[in-house]
Amino acid sequence: MPPASEKPVNVGLFVTCLVDLFRPSVGFAAVKLMEDAGCTVHVPDQTCCGQPAHNSGDRGHTKAIARQVIAAFERFDYVVAPSGSCAGMIAVHYPELFTGEPDWTKRARSLAAKTHELTAFLTDVLGVDTVTAAWSGSATYHDSCAGLREMKVREQPRKLLGSVDGLELEEMADADVCCGFGGTFCVKYGEISTDIVSRKTNNIAATGAEMLLAGDMGCLLNMAGRLRREGSAVQVRHVAEVLAGTTDQAPPIGEAKDG
Amino acid sequence: MEFMNPGAFKANAREALTDENLRSAMGQLAAGFVPLRQAAVDRLPEFDLLRERARELKDHILANLDFYLERFERNCTAAGGQVHWCATAEDARQAVLAICRTVDAKTATKGKSMIAEEIGLNPFLENHGIEPVETDLGEYIIQLADEPPSHIIGPAVHKTKDQVSDLFLHHHRKHGRTERQTEPAKMVAEAREILRQRYLDADVGITGANYLIAETGSSVIVTNEGNGDLTQTLPKIHIVVTSLEKVVPTLEDMTTFLRLLARSATGQEFSAYTTISTGPRRPDDPDGPGEFHVVILDNGRSAMLGGEVQDMLRCIRCGACMNHCPVYHSVGGHSYGAVYVGPMGAVLTPSLLGIAETRHLPCASMLCGRCEEVCPMQIPLPRLLRHWRERAFEGDGVPAAERWGLSIWAWFARRPWLYGQGARLAVRLLRYLGRERGRLGKLWGAGGWTDGRDLPAPEGRTFQELWRQRRGKGGAA
Amino acid sequence: MARRGDPGREAIFAAIRQSLGRPAHSAEARRELDDHIGKHRANLIPQRGKGDGKELVDRFRAMAEAAACTVRTVAAEAEVPGAVADYLRENNLSTRITLAPDSWLSGLDWASQPMLETRGGPARNEDEVAVTPAFAAVAETGTLVALSGPDHPTTLNFMPASHVVALRASQVVGAYEEVWQQLRKATKKGRGFAMPRAVNMITGPSRTADIALTIQLGAHGPRDLHIVLIDDQAGQE
Repeated sequence: MPPASEKPVNVGLFVTCLVDLFRPSVGFAAVKLMEDAGCTVHVPDQTCCGQPAHNSGDRGHTKAIARQVIAAFERFDYVVAPSGSCAGMIAVHYPELFTGEPDWTKRARSLAAKTHELTAFLTDVLGVDTVTAAWSGSATYHDSCAGLREMKVREQPRKLLGSVDGLELEEMADADVCCGFGGTFCVKYGEISTDIVSRKTNNIAATGAEMLLAGDMGCLLNMAGRLRREGSAVQVRHVAEVLAGTTDQAPPIGEAKDG
Repeated sequence: MEFMNPGAFKANAREALTDENLRSAMGQLAAGFVPLRQAAVDRLPEFDLLRERARELKDHILANLDFYLERFERNCTAAGGQVHWCATAEDARQAVLAICRTVDAKTATKGKSMIAEEIGLNPFLENHGIEPVETDLGEYIIQLADEPPSHIIGPAVHKTKDQVSDLFLHHHRKHGRTERQTEPAKMVAEAREILRQRYLDADVGITGANYLIAETGSSVIVTNEGNGDLTQTLPKIHIVVTSLEKVVPTLEDMTTFLRLLARSATGQEFSAYTTISTGPRRPDDPDGPGEFHVVILDNGRSAMLGGEVQDMLRCIRCGACMNHCPVYHSVGGHSYGAVYVGPMGAVLTPSLLGIAETRHLPCASMLCGRCEEVCPMQIPLPRLLRHWRERAFEGDGVPAAERWGLSIWAWFARRPWLYGQGARLAVRLLRYLGRERGRLGKLWGAGGWTDGRDLPAPEGRTFQELWRQRRGKGGAA
Repeated sequence: MARRGDPGREAIFAAIRQSLGRPAHSAEARRELDDHIGKHRANLIPQRGKGDGKELVDRFRAMAEAAACTVRTVAAEAEVPGAVADYLRENNLSTRITLAPDSWLSGLDWASQPMLETRGGPARNEDEVAVTPAFAAVAETGTLVALSGPDHPTTLNFMPASHVVALRASQVVGAYEEVWQQLRKATKKGRGFAMPRAVNMITGPSRTADIALTIQLGAHGPRDLHIVLIDDQAGQE
């Protein structure tokens, strides 16, 4: 139910570069969820939050990209990303970037204060308890690191998934342990990353769940890539697709249209 | 495996990933320490408050480190101890050697000490005709194997039981043991008997220190085996090798750290033995060492004060960060090619050795934050790892291809229209390549990814492209 | 030896002050920091370190048992020699015991147990059982505290394979901080106090998990730690 507010809630969707590139259907699912809750969703021109530069130690490029994001999104009431990692970059790391630049620090802090991960925004800000969606089968949920530790996302997606008709949530062991993605880490240290994601896929398989869900495209590409390589039958989707009831819009991640 | 070369991280890690013994040992470590710590934390409702207090306290100590060290020195000396200040590892080695020579020492028993590892004490003593005998069972095992520790509290945690059986069989022959023991209880008993004689024969006992207490001039060790106590009580001389950030003001302050240490390390409420040692044996004491020396090492620590990496000096060496680190679980401690391993090592090693040779250590991390979450001293390990990545990036340690790739990407990322055009092309290309299965099994230039997993194909259009088609430029209709 | 005027020492202190960006503390600042030390302020004592006598003794016992100690309660100190003899017999342990040369402990009627062969002094390698007193015990974690001195050789806590501690229930305190207060009182000297050479906090028998992470007792110190707890608090509640 949308909050009975007089003023429309203007949300800037930070769609994230990976959703933009790999899985636009997640972006549309996010839009649907927020519009159903009464928000007006805007999509300003955008590229990336700057994490690849930030995590590579390239402070200069990180700041340049951060300034661009701040300028593009500061006019909205809220900034929402279907990703704990990118939301965390804006909400936690942007304010730390501009040492000695009080104006930019102020703008970064102000943007940080209104930036949210999608499922946390729905439940904690909009007060959404339930969604109207159905998915018949068992699913397991992976907690992405930045969402969990920087944005405190844990119960919110589980609560919403609890209202999906027909969906049984099977918790995996070590759901809160990293999947081994880590941005450029997974390419620079591919063998270590593969080892870590293999422990994750073992835990996923052990639940017997038919579908793996998570809230971050990076983790999902990594886990889906490994599951497909292993020949697993587990489908992989972003949690927003299930919550929005739009799983018919695209095949599971890493699978062709006809299955 | 190149044990003491952090530059060999990648090659070491590759070797480690195929070492089935290591994989089995690491599996046990993760399955053991993680739930044990959690249970201990759950039993103590004040745990997080204690972390806050401990962090504040340690920050206060570091801000007044010179004062507390002076007080420690004054009170240690007053109790009959001798303090040796050592700016470098070489100074510390020479200080230990000089003390050993006063009694013409032939053997020195050792309690577990990471500082002794840091200064390379064992090979140095051996070269000078003094046999170091490790007495902590884990240290003893790796001394037999001629390896460095792979974990700061469980030095032999990478060894399986079978490997230890073989080591004991091989090395205990000279003590008249010819049977290969396979039960841990029997193996422990065998080592106990052999080491007991070594304690009695030793001229000098060397231990580390978990804390130095300023108000009393005491050093403190925490052990489970009691080896540190026999090491320091039986020989003529007790030498403590430690570093300057270990000082705490009072017994009460030590207590605050102790409440966090064992719970974070092993999930115990308290370690079996915490021993506060103050000066040498008193005139009417029936036992104890005749001399008490404290060798205090700087070795780069003073330079860490006042800057961003000062937070690392809060570390109380519990090992929780490595116990919870997915990378450590995959590659083990030896891959780091350094004395200090895992997340704390990846931050501390560049501080001690410089970033040029150690770049891989802070880079080989997902920055997942699990280490910071469990760190009893609230050290912001991911932030410090990123700090070292920034220093590496500023220097010339980053490969040119990586630097160029990043610059080209950033150039586009700052030009949304051009970026969008490039993105449209890229997703169409990847879509085409993965059109049949919805994924790519191989992709030129992305072997790091595709060697171990498929690359899911994009849907074929970017979100922004579709959004503008559906809604028109500028957002919601 | 390193002393004031030692160039290594001076270099370290100079480096610390340079990194911290300040000179050595002023006399006033030193006084304040000395005050901080002198106050011996407790930082945070967990709730489980608080409680009344009976509650704390019960908690001590439970925590000590959780740390693999065995505990037997006796009604009076006169029963200690008998309880020690029973424990050794029941566990097939040597009946030759080394007693800490503590006047209270030695003053108990050990002759009442003819099966026990007692001697005093520091531990010898062949000793199998040590019987010692304790300075205090901490309920918080089931920890015994022993002080070295002529009446308590440290080696007794570590060398024999079995360690029996005779503890009065009135010696049990809630938190470690109470032990430090008692220690300062007991060893008061001039305006300060004189630490014994060794203060041993002992929580259960010696143990190791260095072989395949399986816990083994008796790594180097005692395999078993038995506490004879004298209920000297009856009627005090």
